[in-house]
Amino acid sequence: MNIRNTILSYMEKDSHLNAKTLAVMLNLPEEEIEKEIAAMEADGTILSYKTVVNWEKTDRRMVRALIELKTIPQRDKGFDTVAERISTYPQVKSVFLMSGGFDLALFVEGETMRDVALFVAEKLATMEGVTATATHFVLQTYKDNDVVYEQDTTDKRGNSW
Amino acid sequence: MFDPTTRLNHTITEIKPSGIRKFFDLLDEMKDVVALTVGQPDFVTPWHIRDAGIRSLEEGRTYYTSNNGLLEFRKEIANYQSRRFSLEYDPAKEIIVTVGGSEAIDLALRATVNPGDEVIVPEPCFVCYAPLVSMAGGIPVALPLKWENNFKLTPEELRSALTEKTKAIVLAFPNNPTGACLTKEELEGLAEVIRESDALVISDEIYGELTYDYTHTSIASIEGMRERTVVVGGFSKAYAMTGWRLGYTLAPDYFTKQMAKIHQYGIMCAPTTSQYTAIEALKNGDEDIEMMKAEYHARRNLIVSRLRALGIDCFMPEGAFYVFPYIGKFGLSSEEFCEKLLYEKHVAIVPGTAFGESGEGFARLSYAYSVRHIEQAMDRLAEFVKTL
Repeated sequence: MNIRNTILSYMEKDSHLNAKTLAVMLNLPEEEIEKEIAAMEADGTILSYKTVVNWEKTDRRMVRALIELKTIPQRDKGFDTVAERISTYPQVKSVFLMSGGFDLALFVEGETMRDVALFVAEKLATMEGVTATATHFVLQTYKDNDVVYEQDTTDKRGNSW
Repeated sequence: MFDPTTRLNHTITEIKPSGIRKFFDLLDEMKDVVALTVGQPDFVTPWHIRDAGIRSLEEGRTYYTSNNGLLEFRKEIANYQSRRFSLEYDPAKEIIVTVGGSEAIDLALRATVNPGDEVIVPEPCFVCYAPLVSMAGGIPVALPLKWENNFKLTPEELRSALTEKTKAIVLAFPNNPTGACLTKEELEGLAEVIRESDALVISDEIYGELTYDYTHTSIASIEGMRERTVVVGGFSKAYAMTGWRLGYTLAPDYFTKQMAKIHQYGIMCAPTTSQYTAIEALKNGDEDIEMMKAEYHARRNLIVSRLRALGIDCFMPEGAFYVFPYIGKFGLSSEEFCEKLLYEKHVAIVPGTAFGESGEGFARLSYAYSVRHIEQAMDRLAEFVKTL
């Protein structure tokens, strides 16, 4: 694995790992790691550092929905125009162009199911180029962003030398 | 008056319970402990390997296998040893599949030792060798290794320990607890001494895949050594398969025949599900080994660097997943240091003396833990060291 991929694979798992620790772990100069991280931040390889939150543990109400959209592609632009427009809404957390029976898949968040339903009905369904929507509410999250929710993390290994 | 307690086997009753056990019992009673004690991987057996075990159960493969293990499996072991370590063994006559590396060591010792025979056990080492030698009726001869040699066994040390009574030498490199390894050249030096003697070699190479600075060499691959060596291998460390309890012996036909008697009467065969599972590990597990090894390698660098930053002397271990720093300079015995650390900062590490008297002044820290966990333990250790 090249050095950038190695750094990324560690940071993707734990964004707390700083250049100093990574330098020790990979036996490379700290300045080199810093330089690589800075370069990847600059060229958009590293996009942001976020925290994976299980909101069900808080008192904040939140629902998520997966929304399938069928759209009419535009000459020269394909699906880009409508995907970019949809991406500007803060309720929309992810946008993907998909193969298969529909075109775009979105993850949308809101406080209530009604919020999400209204957003779909008022903003997405009415958007130029969108021909159909299908809304699937998330009932339970088992694993997201490579993190298994509600996992028993106690160390069950026996202490046998 | 009839006292049933006196009717037990004296060889067994005289064997002291392992010192490490006492420490682990203490640890089990405490909460909020950051432990670096565990001697097994923190990875789960890779899914495709586990899946092969499940499939074997779905297909109803719940029978005994032949005593020495599925021939298909032994063939894969032979392929693997040839591919990775240039060892050539006949799967039909020279391999026994065992219940973990420990059974393999026991078989080798029991097939070797006559009452009164001496077996040289370089220390510090894994806890089982000396008791198993005693149980086999032999006399374990501890050979203390030295910090200044990074706990490697030298030809001079070996020569001075060999006597007329020496029946066998236990070689355990990469080593638990020190992480010491031997290069091909170093093994050649030892082989020269061994060839001058009548000693057999029991080479525990369970950590053979986990070397970070050079590829492991088996002593059996060195000229004149194959005929007098039993190589002990297994799946626990390389494939994170400790719970499957699967190991094996590689030894010449004349030797394997004798070990097979002990195995077939005492054990019958290793667990069938585990054998089918491990076939998948051998066929498609090389990448898993590389992935886990890269992780251990990075953690080794981290833990050694953190210890040295605390002013604790620590040589860079070349293999396994342990570091064995010198803690003697704080004026406490190994046990005192570890107990005080456990009570005061709730960090558990294992006193070096658990692995032989020559471990006095040292402690074993396992890095089969996440980076976050290791850092937390090192932060607490830093606070502790300040108070000494």
